[in-house]
Amino acid sequence: MATHAKTAHAETAASALFDSPLLSRAVADSFRKLNPAQLIRNPVIFVTEVISVLVTILGLRNLATGAPAGFALAIAFFLWLTVLFATFAEAVAEGRGRARAESLRRARTETMAKRLVNPADRAIFQPVAASELAVGDHVLVEAGDLIPSDGDVVQGMASVNESAITGESAPVIRESGGDRSAVTGGTQIVSDWLVVRITAAPGSTFIDRMIRLVEGAERRKTPNEIALDILLAGLTLIFLIAVVTLVGFARYSGAILGVPVLAALLVCLIPTTIGGLLSAIGIAGMDRLVRFNVLATSGRAVEAAGDVDTLLLDKTGTITLGNRMANAFIPAPGVNERDLASAIALATLGDETPEGRSILAFARDRFGIAPEQPEGALVVPFSAQTRLSGLDHAGRSFRKGAVDSVLAWLKLQMPPAEFTAAIERIARAGGTPLAVARDGRLMGAIELKDIVKPGIRARFAELRRMGIRTVMVTGDNRITAAAIATEAGVDDFIAEATPQDKLDYIRKTQTDGRLVAMAGDGTNDAPALAQADVGVAMQTGTQAAREAGNMVDLDSDPTKLIEIVEIGKQLLITRGSLTTFSIANDISKYFAILPAIFVAAYPELGALNVMRLASPQSAILSAVIFNALIIVALVPLALRGVRFRAIGASALLRRNLLIYGLGGIVAPFIGIKLIDMLLALAGLA
Amino acid sequence: MTISGWAEILLVLALIVFAAWPVGIHIARIAAGERSFLHPVLAPIERGFYALAGVDPRRGMDWRGYAVALILLNALHFLMLYAMLRLQFYLPLNPDHLAGMSPRLAFNTAMSFVTNTNWQAYGGETTLSPGSQMWGLTSHMFVSAATGIAAALAIARAFAAGGMKTLGNFWADLTRIVLYLLLPIAILAGIALVALGVPQTLATHADATTLEGMKQTIAMGPVAFMEAIKELGTNGGGYFNANSAHPFENPNAWSSILETVLVFLIPIALTFTFGRIVKDARQGYALLAVIGVFVLAAIAVAYHAEAAGNPLLTALGVDPAQGNMEGKELRFGIPLSVLFNVITTATSCGAVNAMLDSYMPLGGMTSMFLIQLGEIVPGGVGSGLYGLLIFALIAVFVAGLMVGRTPEYLGKKIQAKEVKLAMLAVLILPLAILGFTALSLVMPAATASLGNAGPHGLSEMLYAFTSATGNNGSAFAGLSADTAWLDTTLGIAMLLGRFAFLIPVLAIAGALAEKVKVPPSSGTFPTHGPLFVGLLCGVIVIMGGLQFMPALSLGPLAEQFTLLAGKTF
Repeated sequence: MATHAKTAHAETAASALFDSPLLSRAVADSFRKLNPAQLIRNPVIFVTEVISVLVTILGLRNLATGAPAGFALAIAFFLWLTVLFATFAEAVAEGRGRARAESLRRARTETMAKRLVNPADRAIFQPVAASELAVGDHVLVEAGDLIPSDGDVVQGMASVNESAITGESAPVIRESGGDRSAVTGGTQIVSDWLVVRITAAPGSTFIDRMIRLVEGAERRKTPNEIALDILLAGLTLIFLIAVVTLVGFARYSGAILGVPVLAALLVCLIPTTIGGLLSAIGIAGMDRLVRFNVLATSGRAVEAAGDVDTLLLDKTGTITLGNRMANAFIPAPGVNERDLASAIALATLGDETPEGRSILAFARDRFGIAPEQPEGALVVPFSAQTRLSGLDHAGRSFRKGAVDSVLAWLKLQMPPAEFTAAIERIARAGGTPLAVARDGRLMGAIELKDIVKPGIRARFAELRRMGIRTVMVTGDNRITAAAIATEAGVDDFIAEATPQDKLDYIRKTQTDGRLVAMAGDGTNDAPALAQADVGVAMQTGTQAAREAGNMVDLDSDPTKLIEIVEIGKQLLITRGSLTTFSIANDISKYFAILPAIFVAAYPELGALNVMRLASPQSAILSAVIFNALIIVALVPLALRGVRFRAIGASALLRRNLLIYGLGGIVAPFIGIKLIDMLLALAGLA
Repeated sequence: MTISGWAEILLVLALIVFAAWPVGIHIARIAAGERSFLHPVLAPIERGFYALAGVDPRRGMDWRGYAVALILLNALHFLMLYAMLRLQFYLPLNPDHLAGMSPRLAFNTAMSFVTNTNWQAYGGETTLSPGSQMWGLTSHMFVSAATGIAAALAIARAFAAGGMKTLGNFWADLTRIVLYLLLPIAILAGIALVALGVPQTLATHADATTLEGMKQTIAMGPVAFMEAIKELGTNGGGYFNANSAHPFENPNAWSSILETVLVFLIPIALTFTFGRIVKDARQGYALLAVIGVFVLAAIAVAYHAEAAGNPLLTALGVDPAQGNMEGKELRFGIPLSVLFNVITTATSCGAVNAMLDSYMPLGGMTSMFLIQLGEIVPGGVGSGLYGLLIFALIAVFVAGLMVGRTPEYLGKKIQAKEVKLAMLAVLILPLAILGFTALSLVMPAATASLGNAGPHGLSEMLYAFTSATGNNGSAFAGLSADTAWLDTTLGIAMLLGRFAFLIPVLAIAGALAEKVKVPPSSGTFPTHGPLFVGLLCGVIVIMGGLQFMPALSLGPLAEQFTLLAGKTF
């Protein structure tokens, strides 16, 4: 439910993509980003800026000397627009993260902490500012207090409202020991109290890190971005060579090429579209993850998520519903099924565990048996010694428990063969058998079963089509694990898994050249989380797990691993699609510009003007205008991302190649022609 | 164009693919050091070479070791050839006492044969003695061809498995390629050529008395076996100045077909070799299909242009059904001339059996464009394959992201380092071709070499640097190439085109070899099948060819359109 609410929230945020305060801030930022020292990080746009300066100076000089300057200034204007659209794209992408950072900052407001002088004594504390807390200090937090900084609970149990970071208002339980001991600074205690040992230095708390991540302050180029940058720089260099040498070719041929014309040709040929959108795509990818309530510590992690081809999923809670449930009652020979059901119901009356409740529900739903607890009945609770539980009433005793415990209680050495066979069948099918006895007589067995989440099998099939293997991790024995694995449709499983087993499995998979993603929350998950290429720690988990992973899921929902992979893929696809589009655009620009610039020397080359553009000047101008407008036209796509479809790589490639490759060849022919017609209409041609 | 003309062309192409298949498998076997049917005879010789040189053929070399060995050998060969050409007068087998070459011509010629270019700024039989042609040129035709094939094997191996430290042993690769591949085929082809009428003699000329009673000196020499390796190693340097248009190099249609087959044999075979080495035959077929698309398109354009004839001549009353026969040999006709020239420019062979200068502008442009693409469809022996693989890497990198994964080719991730090296290699072509041509076009000293004015002159200059950088070696003719400027710059262009490309390629091979090989899954970018073939074709045209469009517009395209308008220069 929570996830649904958040998706809706993300959608409204996305529709507010271009709301006005965000937009005006982005426009201002796009001018600020013209600073060459900053722009040099983006080689393609930097070259465009240098050329814009050059053409502007030339145009102004012509204006001053009275030479014709209109064309040069028009080209200069649109070249500047190209640069501005590129910086604008980045500014818009950053602006969306900034809003989120603002709300986080509010949670970080200065609070006072109750620092304990002696950790063991909660009575004596000194009030200090949260910013003065050092790692290792112990603080007391009570109902209504904001937790001053990140830490581990060492004493107490309390419900905590973590909506400041997760957006989820239902409080969660935090207690000392176990996997729910981490608390986050800025969250609020709703009831009870905690003693917390501070684990983060001021300025490096979880919220601080989150703010920096969301704002993109720590953004570094990811490996794929660096490689793509090199490709784009190389292409820029190739076209620079082609345009500069053209001066020699033209002089031999008697064609006179002005600087504005050469500048227009160069800027149209170099990949300004993808160059201008590249960083916006990266920022938007991180942002999509944030909206999905997952924080990645780096863009590298998001990229790795797209590359993941093995998912390690915990069985309980991810693949199965979490608790074993009653699936069948099997009577022992000579026992009536209804007798068995009522004996089971009575034996289970005092059992408050989820399994017990599922047994009662099964008895009620299947047999209509729902006994009230009789007067004077004595509940026998489960104990580690007997490993049995049940009910004594009116001289009769009902017991249920592990098969060998029940047999021991009955002092039965040789149970009936049918019963033994049934027990074995249950175990083989991945279930857990319980035996039930009444008054020294073996009544039959209960089959408890892990219930695989509905729809999960289809999800795994989808993942398989994406080329991703799923691996189930469980503490169950091999037989049980194999049965559930088959039912859920995972590709592999690790049974009786210890943390070391997980770690070994990840290492082995990685040496085969595969990338592994896993989710985890416990301290003993930390080594595996650190080893995995994508380690998603649960926000509810321990501090150690949160430090070890490279993503934190604020909703603590391990199934989200699947969506995280999709978001990673979407980022890479968007980048690839726009690169392909940008490069494919070049063909049409040759057809627009080459006949235009050579037509004076060889009028016959007008035959290459397949778009029938009105005049050489309008042809060149149209190409430059198209080149600038296409950037801003693609900003929404860059921010939203190209949709990922789990249809397999071949089909995906065919689809995207058709849209962005072929589309990239055709679209500019149409666009340039339209702009040229408008220019002609406006009498500018 | 006629149906019989197309049938002739397609039949020869089919024959080539048919013959290339077993050769490709054979190359893969000898590359792996396996025994072949030639081993009983040749293995002792191979072992003898290793013993003599103290080489352990099983000792693998990392990419640096491989590159150093390769460059060392070629540098040494360059110096030897240079000395031999300079000192020709004092060397044996020089019955006509031909003088040594000038320093700049010897530099140009030595560079030309070491780089597998075989650009001939010298006058063929009138400049070089049989001795120089045999140990000087012919031996280098073997070595430069084997160098290219060895480098191609090295990068093919890099794709084969994961976590490899070495690319193979260069000395062993070179020896095996020469012994088990080039020599046997060249010997058989040489014998066949002798049978078809090509001379193989140490006599330099025969004296004849013509019907009019005039005395005529007919040049000849040890032509047949040089001819065989000239085609087989995509070298292209002919014994005679007229190259394969000369009746003693290429006497009839059968010899022309045989030579065509020889030129394409190894470049096509290597696609099969590649499939075999990477253990996925389909990968080789995809590359072959890309080659097929370009070759057929080029033949179609050139054949159409030549068969249509010259409209200016048609206006003067020449039968247009004859097509454009200027500069072509009657014994070959248009289809076999077009096929020969497309194939020798699609590969880096550069032999010609008709004069490109006399082709229609579009006909000549197809040859020029094929070289400008980087000599990769299929390109020279070995060099074509590694060039094509560089473009495949770029294609996979550009489009591979579109399936949502870090791009990988044959299980090897393509990352910043590979992209950087690939772009470095790809940059060389426009830099050398466009840079030198543009410079030459504005230098009066250089434009004086041009035989024609206007766009045709531009084509001549552009073709020269295209041919040199692409290590093709064919000439557009009409250009007096033996000048100080052209000898030097063309020599440098050849050097850049060969080794400035090859070193990044070997570095890529080294980087790829070390990487783990990611097992394929349904999420893997497919690099076989029509989709990839189309993608690779597109990337080759857009990233390998389009930057030459402005230059071509001012050369052949301008000439074509002005010609159609009835204008000449």
